[in-house]
Amino acid sequence: MSLITTTSKIDRLAQLTAKTETASGASLWREAMRRMRASKMAIIGAVIIAGFVLLAIIGPWIAPYGPTEQTWRGEVFSNRGEFVGARAENWFGLDHLGRDLFSRMLVGARQTLLVGVVSMLIGLLIGALVGIVSGAAATLGGKAGRRVDDAIMRVTDILLALPSLLLAVSVAAVMGQSLTTVMIAVGVVQIPVFARLLRGSMLAQGGSDYVLAARSLGIRKRRIVLTQILPNSLSPVIVQATLSLATAIIEAAALSYLGLGNPDPAVPEWGVMLSQAQRFFDNEPMMSMYPAVGIVITALGFTLLGEAMREALDPKLRG
Amino acid sequence: MLRLVVRRLLQLIPTLLGLSVLLFIWLNRLPGGPASAILGERATEADVARINRALGLDQPIYVQYGRFLKRLLDLDLGTSVQTGQPVWDEFVLRFPATVELSVAAMLIATVVGIPLGYLAARKRGGWIDVASVSGSLVGICIPVFFLAQLLKGAFGEIFGTFGRQSTGIDATSVTGFAVLDGLLTGELDAAWDALMHLVLPGIALATIPLAVIVRMTRASVLEVLGEDYIRTAESKGLERRIVRGRHVLRNALLPVVTAVGLLTGSLLSGAVLTESVFTFGGIGSFIRTAIDARDYPVLVGFIMFIAMIYVLINMVVDLAYSVIDPRVRVH
Repeated sequence: MSLITTTSKIDRLAQLTAKTETASGASLWREAMRRMRASKMAIIGAVIIAGFVLLAIIGPWIAPYGPTEQTWRGEVFSNRGEFVGARAENWFGLDHLGRDLFSRMLVGARQTLLVGVVSMLIGLLIGALVGIVSGAAATLGGKAGRRVDDAIMRVTDILLALPSLLLAVSVAAVMGQSLTTVMIAVGVVQIPVFARLLRGSMLAQGGSDYVLAARSLGIRKRRIVLTQILPNSLSPVIVQATLSLATAIIEAAALSYLGLGNPDPAVPEWGVMLSQAQRFFDNEPMMSMYPAVGIVITALGFTLLGEAMREALDPKLRG
Repeated sequence: MLRLVVRRLLQLIPTLLGLSVLLFIWLNRLPGGPASAILGERATEADVARINRALGLDQPIYVQYGRFLKRLLDLDLGTSVQTGQPVWDEFVLRFPATVELSVAAMLIATVVGIPLGYLAARKRGGWIDVASVSGSLVGICIPVFFLAQLLKGAFGEIFGTFGRQSTGIDATSVTGFAVLDGLLTGELDAAWDALMHLVLPGIALATIPLAVIVRMTRASVLEVLGEDYIRTAESKGLERRIVRGRHVLRNALLPVVTAVGLLTGSLLSGAVLTESVFTFGGIGSFIRTAIDARDYPVLVGFIMFIAMIYVLINMVVDLAYSVIDPRVRVH
């Protein structure tokens, strides 16, 4: 859950771009990349993500069985609490409908990645749009601009104040149950985060010398915003996007657990698999364990990489 | 101080107004609308029109909003579709249990988190540091409902049964807070029973705040340890204990106080997941069933309720800040 993205944390991240000058004069990103290569956290995170993406691509091809085929249906009597665990032909055992869990895990990686990426992009794109308007209005819009910025930030702060899960539930209630709903619901939660972040980052850039120089050269404001301030403000957004992928995957699982997830259980997705397996937890805990471990490791990968990036950018956290 | 409180309270008004507008829009966007919720899907158009007239839905939108706002101010959040009782009464009935759970979780998170974060920062790179940082990273990556299920499966039997209506021994209700009631009425076994039932849900709910508090305390202590005034204090021969207590901790805990406040608000949504795993009798379980039953009055009421609590907590945090940090008082 994105409970962790408190306002102060967002603002702190937003400030980071302002500190562009390093002693060696190297660019912020080059410097950060150098630090990242030396960071164990970054490397582990990157390896996990690479493995996950690879799985998402080739998973459906290497799966030994079809993910929806109830081949061993006769062997499984879900209502009697009898489950088939790991064995030679089914490495992870069978689920309550007699489907091969190993195949479902392999195929499910793609859907899980899709949910994470799409919902993050929804939050990023809309949030960035709001953030750009607000940030531009605040830095170059004068008195009227500050008022516009004030109004926009009021609304985003309200949205930030709402518990993310409830926001997602409200969206899901309006739109009905579907995979698209899950992605939109999880994405909407991220909108205020990205908006506040980009706005703060642009604000931090607004006072820079190069902005003053551009203004005194008489460059049009829209151009300054789009070609000068914006590109320099993006690094915190990239950090947040990485972190958001983790929360999106976890939050999608929570939505499924609350019965608001993808109604089509035939399409394997780790979050849906986990929430379905919860019903049988007392009889067969291993059935929940596989998707849960999958989700935790994946989320951990994105979190590690994101945190490593944040640390590389933040001079105060450097050893 | 009083002026500050009044000013902060006045600042709340636009925020809550804005929220009420958002909620009103949301209510109007719900599929079907109240008429088909009451009549079911096979309602005739005449029936729908009649209900709409009865509910005032045929009037201009600003009149409807005005009425919506007036009902909110009267604390009239409508009637729960599930129970037929006023939503407000349902909340008041269940709120104490959730507060108890949230307090337990916050206690666990702060009592464990702050010392752990402090130690991790002091012994940077040591095993406590590595373990607590990686532990907190894993902690925020575990879906809360799964962790709750895991705890229940592994330790459920030690801490009493969890299930439908299994709170065990109940104390005579005085305040509605189960543990407190047991202590007040002297029914210690009931208090103990209620306390035991708080342990596992409390731990499950505490994971995310715990992870955040550990990392925040650590980062904050590290930052303060690098400050010039710490070096000054140490070099002038000030006792270590005093430097750490008065200089390091006091400064480092400022951001942590804010985080604790903000996290308390967000605990309520974690409670929805945790409570429903443990069938805990608080607001969380109620919301869970409300989601299943599409009980919109309850959901709307809950969002408004949480928002109010959240802004109030925010205000308390701000005020606490001005007590701890003299610099804020000047402004």
